[in-house]
Amino acid sequence: MPLQLDDPRVVEFDVRTDEMLVNMGPQHPSTHGVLRLVLRTDGEIVSEVEPHIGYLHRCAEKIGENLTPRQWIPYTDRMDYLAAMNMNLGWSLVVEKLLHYELPEKARHLRVIISEMGRIASHLVGMGAYGLDLGTFSPFLYAFREREKILDLFEEACGARLTYSYLTPGGATADLPGGWLQKCAAFLDQFEPMIEEYHALLTSNSIFIKRCAGIGVMPADMAISYGCTGPVLRGSGVDHDLRRDGEERVTEMYEGYAFEIIVQKNGHYPKDHNYPAIPPEAVLGDCWHRFYVRMLEIVQSIDIVRQGFEFYSQAKDSWGEPIKLTTKLPKGEAYLETEAPRGQMGFYIVSDGGSIPWRVRARSSSFCNLSVTHALCKNVLLADVPAIVGSLDIVMGEIDR
Amino acid sequence: MSGKSFLDQLKKEFSGKITGENLTALDPWIEVSPDGLVEVCEFLKNDPAAQFDLLNCISGVDYLEPDPKKAAKTGWEPHTEVVYHLSSTVKKHTLVLKVILPRWKDDVPGQLPEVPTVSHVWRTADWHEREVYDLSGVHFIGHPDLRRILCCEDWVGHPLRKDYEMPLEYHGIRGR
Repeated sequence: MPLQLDDPRVVEFDVRTDEMLVNMGPQHPSTHGVLRLVLRTDGEIVSEVEPHIGYLHRCAEKIGENLTPRQWIPYTDRMDYLAAMNMNLGWSLVVEKLLHYELPEKARHLRVIISEMGRIASHLVGMGAYGLDLGTFSPFLYAFREREKILDLFEEACGARLTYSYLTPGGATADLPGGWLQKCAAFLDQFEPMIEEYHALLTSNSIFIKRCAGIGVMPADMAISYGCTGPVLRGSGVDHDLRRDGEERVTEMYEGYAFEIIVQKNGHYPKDHNYPAIPPEAVLGDCWHRFYVRMLEIVQSIDIVRQGFEFYSQAKDSWGEPIKLTTKLPKGEAYLETEAPRGQMGFYIVSDGGSIPWRVRARSSSFCNLSVTHALCKNVLLADVPAIVGSLDIVMGEIDR
Repeated sequence: MSGKSFLDQLKKEFSGKITGENLTALDPWIEVSPDGLVEVCEFLKNDPAAQFDLLNCISGVDYLEPDPKKAAKTGWEPHTEVVYHLSSTVKKHTLVLKVILPRWKDDVPGQLPEVPTVSHVWRTADWHEREVYDLSGVHFIGHPDLRRILCCEDWVGHPLRKDYEMPLEYHGIRGR
């Protein structure tokens, strides 16, 4: 948001100093990984921000041209390592699309449960790390206390805590172990009342509101033009969520589930009556709204997972079987986007008829979300830069691939 | 509105610029000639029935089989494709555009193929075109800041081209 001369936050407009280029990162606690921002500053005012990326580039797409689709699953884990389940899901769905594979009913509900739990874990880190960016440590610990329990559940299901490789083309590598649903349900019952604590710590905290309400305002047309997706797009008031609006392969996964897209309508969010009201300082599309959308999506995901329990236990068929490593891919190409926690994660696969794809491509949501910083951080205070970049909730592993 | 109706409309508006199509593919695509790309994209973004306001992805795909034994069976002539995946947040539909380029401009090895930029139509294209330039080696004419984005500034070659050779060393770091 451009600052005005009479803005009370500005004391420095009449004190002119020389312009200075400041390197923020690549090793900086509030750049969420190895991101380098070059700031053009005049005292406390930042006139331009230029992001430099690529420090974590691991040639995932090149590697994908030498491996079969199932072998590439672990590489998708390492893209968005905070929501690896959702990355597995995106790649699995696009391979299944190319193979015209029909997923068993039970596998579908297993995937919904797992990917929505992944969304909760990811948003918890997003919330905690945003608190860190703004200088408060406690919410981070609160968030990790709960996330740890989700990781325990994931560990029980697949043996890994971070890089799962659990959902594969064809279904999943294993069924959920006995008693898992009960443990997960018990966790959700214990977790849901704690969300109020987060709101008390951050959402309605007056320091937090001052740091992020009205900062980094992104109008809807700008968000769409820069290709922002996920909570960043919905925080700008655009009613778009691939779980409802996406391609058939994605929407039919959520068939039968009742959920409302978290987007502001008439000054209210769906089901926000239990949670703090929108502060008067907040403007649609600012950092506070992006944060609040994530907080409400946690509640939404809890609801979806609970519906999934019913469907999953009623389904009589199998949890699917991973496709064979040497499965021949039909000649052709397929592109599919899924709604990952950070936005629309797209995978593109081109096949020449062999079992190894000709070309794989990952369209990263954080990549597009980060590209908007250049436009958002024009004439802002230096302290607002971490607030704006943090509110985009980026993961460098996904940007650099 | 389906791929077929877009195609009919585009053919009517830009005859000669639409050079091919495949409507039976998993994701139906329309092939556009490089000189008509910007007009077609502007039309697709602004037409009230189309409203493709979101550019999801730009990908560069290199079609070259380096092994001469296999090359005879591929069924394609060596070429490079730039693939644009579009969607609409209003109409909730999707479309795929393709631009087919020679692997090298004027068949001179080392001369990157050229295609006009669409970064003024969708701002997303800015970074995506930089990535395609960096990894697949396509030159986007008119791009405001065409630099490498993922590889280092002094990197040689474009890694996702099929004839790319892995460097043996980079600043004293052994390559293989």
